[in-house]
Amino acid sequence: MTGSRTELRYRDGARAIAPIAVAALAFGVTFGVLAREAGMEALAALTMSATTFAGSAQFAAASILGAGGGVAAAVAAAALLNARYAPISLSVAPEFHGSPARRLVESQLIVDESWAVSRRPDGRYDRRVLVGAGLVLYACWVGGTSVGAAAGEALGDPESLGLDAAFPALFLALLVPQVRSRRALAAAVVGGAIALALLPLAPAGVPIVAASGACLLGWSRA
Amino acid sequence: MSAVWIVVLAVGAATVALKAVGPVLLGGRELPQPLTGVVGLLAPALLAALVVTQVAGADEYEVVADERLLGLAAAAVALLLRAPLLLVIVVAAATTAAARALG
Repeated sequence: MTGSRTELRYRDGARAIAPIAVAALAFGVTFGVLAREAGMEALAALTMSATTFAGSAQFAAASILGAGGGVAAAVAAAALLNARYAPISLSVAPEFHGSPARRLVESQLIVDESWAVSRRPDGRYDRRVLVGAGLVLYACWVGGTSVGAAAGEALGDPESLGLDAAFPALFLALLVPQVRSRRALAAAVVGGAIALALLPLAPAGVPIVAASGACLLGWSRA
Repeated sequence: MSAVWIVVLAVGAATVALKAVGPVLLGGRELPQPLTGVVGLLAPALLAALVVTQVAGADEYEVVADERLLGLAAAAVALLLRAPLLLVIVVAAATTAAARALG
């Protein structure tokens, strides 16, 4: 055993996220390629990955721009897709300490995957695991984007490699240990059902935000 | 400024704010009691929704059952067999890739 406990937990986060890092890298490359095809210059694509750091919103914004959709439509779609980060960021808020600037910077490493792996069995979140996992994902995402934007063509189609199936598999694997209690199982079933029901009816992003409403099942039981 | 850059900067600013709202405004403070129970259920609710949207989502307003669903089913079997996370993900991707290659 080397390193202090603190370092270990950052490294635990990096290790926990490693299985999905290849998929994040491949989709980063794909985003770089698609962004160029949508008429975004390389610097714009890179800036978006570095500041937004959220795959689905970036793909939506780039594809709307590429299809000739307006600025308002692209921004609205991306904002809806990322609206889930408001409740997610509230859920981890108690774990973030230090100056507001530090909290601002560290909070940018929140993505679905880093958030999900940082959940502890007691229901709290481990900020160091989140940051360690987020840094790995950030490097893969921004690095992949720069490769795709510079090369202009993907090194391989992530979908032909089945990498798009890696994400639901990750979320399922992280969900299973969380549904030990009846309330958690109910929240998962209701959340999944809301998302499924709204997929054909609502704009992308809305099904996920609406599904987070299932956590209101926990209201009075605190 | 070009439309592209307006989108890049507006989406970036909105996302930075959405991710920062909890840690910057409330950082280090415990959530109010009634909210603790609610936030505790956010993970199962959102993770289930992410599984659904990532496996069955397509372009706008559509639910599809495609090769991803086979990959997810294979992942579920791997999870039942207590496979490690890396193997679960590889099984999902390989199953989906094989189904696409054969389809």
